[in-house]
Amino acid sequence: MTTSELLLNGLAAFLTLCIFSFLYKDNPFYKFAERLVAGVSAGYWTMLLYHTSFHDKVIVPIFQQGYWWYIIPTILGIMMWTRFSKKWAWLSRISLAFYMGIATGTSIPVVMYAAIYKQLEGSMNQITTDATGINTLLMTIGLICAVSYFYFSKEHDGWFGGMSRVGIYTLMIGFGAGFGLTVMGRIALLIERIIFLRDYLLVLFGG
Amino acid sequence: MKLNRKLLWMLCICLLMAFPVNFEANAQEESASDAVDTTGIPPAPPVNVQAMDKPNDNGHGIVITWEPSPDEDRAEDGVIGYSLYRSDEKDGDYTEVRTIAAGMYSIDYEGEVYKYEDQDDREKIGSNPNPDFLEKGKTYYYKIQTTTATGLTSEFSEPVSAAPRGDWFHTGKTSYFIAIIIYFALVLTYIRQAKKGVHLYIRPIGGIEAIDNAIGRATEMGRPILFVLGTGSAADIATIAGYTILARVAKKTAEYQIPVLVPVNEPVVMSVAQETVRAAYAEAGRPDLYDEKNIPYVTAMQFPYVAAVNGIMMREKTATNFYMGLFHAESLLLAETGATTGAIQIAGTDQPAQLPFFIAATDFTLIGEELYAASAYLSKEPLLLGPLKAQDYAKALIIFFVIIGTITLSLGWDFVANIFETSI
Repeated sequence: MTTSELLLNGLAAFLTLCIFSFLYKDNPFYKFAERLVAGVSAGYWTMLLYHTSFHDKVIVPIFQQGYWWYIIPTILGIMMWTRFSKKWAWLSRISLAFYMGIATGTSIPVVMYAAIYKQLEGSMNQITTDATGINTLLMTIGLICAVSYFYFSKEHDGWFGGMSRVGIYTLMIGFGAGFGLTVMGRIALLIERIIFLRDYLLVLFGG
Repeated sequence: MKLNRKLLWMLCICLLMAFPVNFEANAQEESASDAVDTTGIPPAPPVNVQAMDKPNDNGHGIVITWEPSPDEDRAEDGVIGYSLYRSDEKDGDYTEVRTIAAGMYSIDYEGEVYKYEDQDDREKIGSNPNPDFLEKGKTYYYKIQTTTATGLTSEFSEPVSAAPRGDWFHTGKTSYFIAIIIYFALVLTYIRQAKKGVHLYIRPIGGIEAIDNAIGRATEMGRPILFVLGTGSAADIATIAGYTILARVAKKTAEYQIPVLVPVNEPVVMSVAQETVRAAYAEAGRPDLYDEKNIPYVTAMQFPYVAAVNGIMMREKTATNFYMGLFHAESLLLAETGATTGAIQIAGTDQPAQLPFFIAATDFTLIGEELYAASAYLSKEPLLLGPLKAQDYAKALIIFFVIIGTITLSLGWDFVANIFETSI
């Protein structure tokens, strides 16, 4: 490990310990690491947005490729800056309304495809007489009951209440499995960080 | 005699078993004698090459199809690929576009047919495609050359041409179109009913009922409320639902004169959140209490944002934390820190992967659709009640199709399932 790598890894190890110190309580080391990482990321993100959005989608198309009509969304973007003026702040609402409307409208087919059509396609399965068929039947019943839990126009009592109760149990089984899976992933991240600290200490003290 | 008869039978059976083997051996011998050594002989070009405008696109794609070269399966020096060339003039200079490996037949056609969609690769992943890739309306010419394992190439196929053009209607989405028309007809019907004063029932939702109590608790303790809109964009549906709940919370906090802190991680979300809180304070008759500094932009990066919000929770000692919107891996980090501070926490998201953490670490969780329903439940506005009712009928239709689709598939009919096979 070169001297510069040693110093950089030392800084990373120090910041890791600063963040871990939050497990004890809020303290100046955590505050330092928190503000450093928030500040650095905000600066980094600003430059990234400048290059990927302003440069690539405004400067290049308008001034290099001659797509003058890109000026229209650019003006909408500039109108967002009017928020700094009390007199002209109302103009920014036009941009916001345009953005919200377009973004919501264009997301409709995507949501229809991913959240409804593909889900429905995957939910219709042949029920066979073997073990797979029983599994499919259970999944189908669980799905129907889970959807009925999200039916808001009817009181959940009687047979419908029973259905929605089975639905929420099905959801909870799914959530439990998801919880376990993600916790395992988080523990893997923790182990990776501890290995990083251990390796650094071994290099530092020549273990 | 008996032994001889047995021997005779065994001999017959052996002869019968031997015959097919002999036939096969003869066939192999004949084939070997007929096989021509094709080493060094160039292969034939592919056949039936066709070019056409790519359907259902924005006018920058051409589809080229062809059938294999007759020499594709030859025994010696077989075909390994097809090189596709493009030019904007029939007799002009052709440049190589792509080489397709032999055997990579298109799944869109029955039989052995190759297909290549000539469009900007970024178009295929929806990532900022080059708008000039193929000029709309301009004719392009294509020809294909076959290549063998030893590098021998065929003659070029006869040039074929096509001009890309944009399509106004995506035929692969016709069923979306019908579904959306039905859905919006239901929405408009129920909005009209709600406006006429027809009572539209919505069942009580636990987490929503707790919102007012949580605000009351913060008021009694004299501490601020934290409202986190997640790490989604301003146009994510979960974030939009979050704004509605924020409006309700902000109005209450204005009435009770306690601050609501809304640190955000996206500039546009910040603008919308500021507008939402400003309007809520004005509605509560306390525009003087509105402070823009309580709705700051922190950073767009996920974990630095979490570090900053966790710091706010610890230092401001927030009494109530709301997490309403689109969350990713930060959900547990936020909710767990909130739990250690003793704050009452109410969460809501439509991200199935994050719901388990909110359920485990917060006091109340709005699961998926409950987050969307919350806005209608809280406001009772006809414009929100109508869609909620329409969504319920859409869910009933979904249940209907799942049942019918499963039954019909089990009986061997796939016509119901095919309705939902569509393209994006």
